[in-house]
This record gives sequence, structure tokens and C-alpha cells, in this order.
Amino acid sequence: MKSAVILFPGINRETDMAKALHAATGVKPHIVWHTDTSLPDVDLVVVPGGFSYGDYLRCGAIAARSPIMSDVRAKVLKGLKVIGVCNGFQIITEAGLLPGVLMRNAQLRFVCREVKLKVENNRTFFTNKMTEGQIIHCPVAHGEGNYICDAETLNRLEGEGRVLFRYADGSNPNGAMNDIAGIVNEAGNVIGMMPHPENMVEALHGRTDCKPLFESLLAA
Amino acid sequence: MKAHIKVTLKPGVLDPQGKAIEGALGSLGFGGINGVRQGKYFEIDLAESDRVKAETQVKAMCEKLIANMIIENYAIEFT
Repeated sequence: MKSAVILFPGINRETDMAKALHAATGVKPHIVWHTDTSLPDVDLVVVPGGFSYGDYLRCGAIAARSPIMSDVRAKVLKGLKVIGVCNGFQIITEAGLLPGVLMRNAQLRFVCREVKLKVENNRTFFTNKMTEGQIIHCPVAHGEGNYICDAETLNRLEGEGRVLFRYADGSNPNGAMNDIAGIVNEAGNVIGMMPHPENMVEALHGRTDCKPLFESLLAA
Repeated sequence: MKAHIKVTLKPGVLDPQGKAIEGALGSLGFGGINGVRQGKYFEIDLAESDRVKAETQVKAMCEKLIANMIIENYAIEFT
């Protein structure tokens, strides 16, 4: 499993993400700068969290239009796996790789805390080591994670089992529709989620609930 | 030529910032407010002097970057 982590100005979680990927796959990920026009030969691209371009215009909007994203978009059509976490989720939705929008948190506050997530679908390349309905702990840190989409898209996401993670036990931190914390695209190769699984994989993180997510990558 | 672009949330899209402003106006004693919606305003100074060409250009800018067409509408005026 060869992977790359894309770096935009203002991104700050790339080291945590690279470390989690390295630990799980045994291969050090490439760090790819946003002005590059082509990806190295990899199976997986991760767009990490942070505040790309200071969240100017709309979160993720400017990063989504950077040169490297054209190659990401082209390779997604050929089956490249992509995971966007937090700002990365905002970036890949702005890039049109996933439906919907991440709006300002309903309470208008930045939330930085641990939430509970219910794994709704374990048939993806990032969840195949989990069981369906399993509840895991995971940290969130965002001001704009309020997932919304039109009713038709929501029905499709729900009907096709494309809601991957849902905030559980009343822990929805942002007002997202149907408690949606993470989704997968129709083809099953693009995943976006607001919580930070890379920060719940080592003993020092307090818990290791998200380690199986990264281990899933090897089985995929 | 200058393009003046107003970006507004589509009707029905929840606007928590507008709601907060509405609440603050209420607490300042302003009555009779039926609702507040927050939007964005952009001014783009264009080298193009042909109005039709400018309009095509600015529409493309709005749809590619300035507005997110899933949740926002845009309106352009030229001066």
C-alpha cells in the first residue's frame, strides 16, 4: 500500500496522518505539495486536516482548485483511493469528489473534543476491520463540519449505505444532517470524514479505537 | 470595468450566522425583524472593456470558484 499525503498552505495535520499511515502500512507516505501537477505512483491519497488558505472564501474552496487536485480527480476515475479528513473532507467535497457541503457548525462554535462514532458500513477500504454498528471514540476539531445536502442526495446516501460514520449517543457536535460524520462516494473509492482518526491510534492518544481503520487499508 | 458580485445562500439553506445576527439585533432592541440572511460581496476589477465578454468571464469565475452552486446563488452588476 503506497500512499501520499497532500500538503496545502495552512494544513497542519499532515505529520499525524503520515505517521498513522506509516505505522499501519509499513511504508512512509509521500508528501506531495499542492503545486505539483502529478501524483507519484500510489494506491491511496490522503487530504489531511488543517486550515488550507486560512479557510478564505469557503473552507477548502481554494485548495480544491489547486493544480494537484486535477490529477487527483483524473485518477479517482481510474480507481485511486482517496480519504479526506476534516479540512480534507471540505476540500474533496469542494472539488466535487463527494456530494454535499460542510457548513458552519449550527452552534457557531469551534468544537475540539472527543465524540462517539457509529460505524454504519464496514464494506469499504477504510472500515473492513470494523463491525457494523460498532461504536468508536474519535476526536473532532472543526468550526465547519455541519454536513448538508439536498433531500434527493440524502436519500441516496442513506439508501445506498454510503453514510460511513454517524455521530452516536447524541454526540453530534455540529448539527450535521442525520448525524452524518463521514460518507463514501458511489464507486466506493473516495471517503470523507470530519473526525480525526489519525489522532486515536496510539496509546499516548488515550485510546486506539481508530487503529483498525488504518489496518483496513492493508486488507483492501 | 468593475464587476460587483453578490453571493447569497439559496432559500432553505440554514444560515446559523444570519440567525445569530438576528438574535443580536433583537437584543439591541431592534424590533420588527422577520429574518436575517448573511451573504458575501466581491468587487473584481477587470481589464476587459467589452460588457458581453466580461459577463461570460465573470459568470465562469462565479461558477468555478466564487460561489458554491450547491448552496449559493450569485448576482453580477457592472460599473
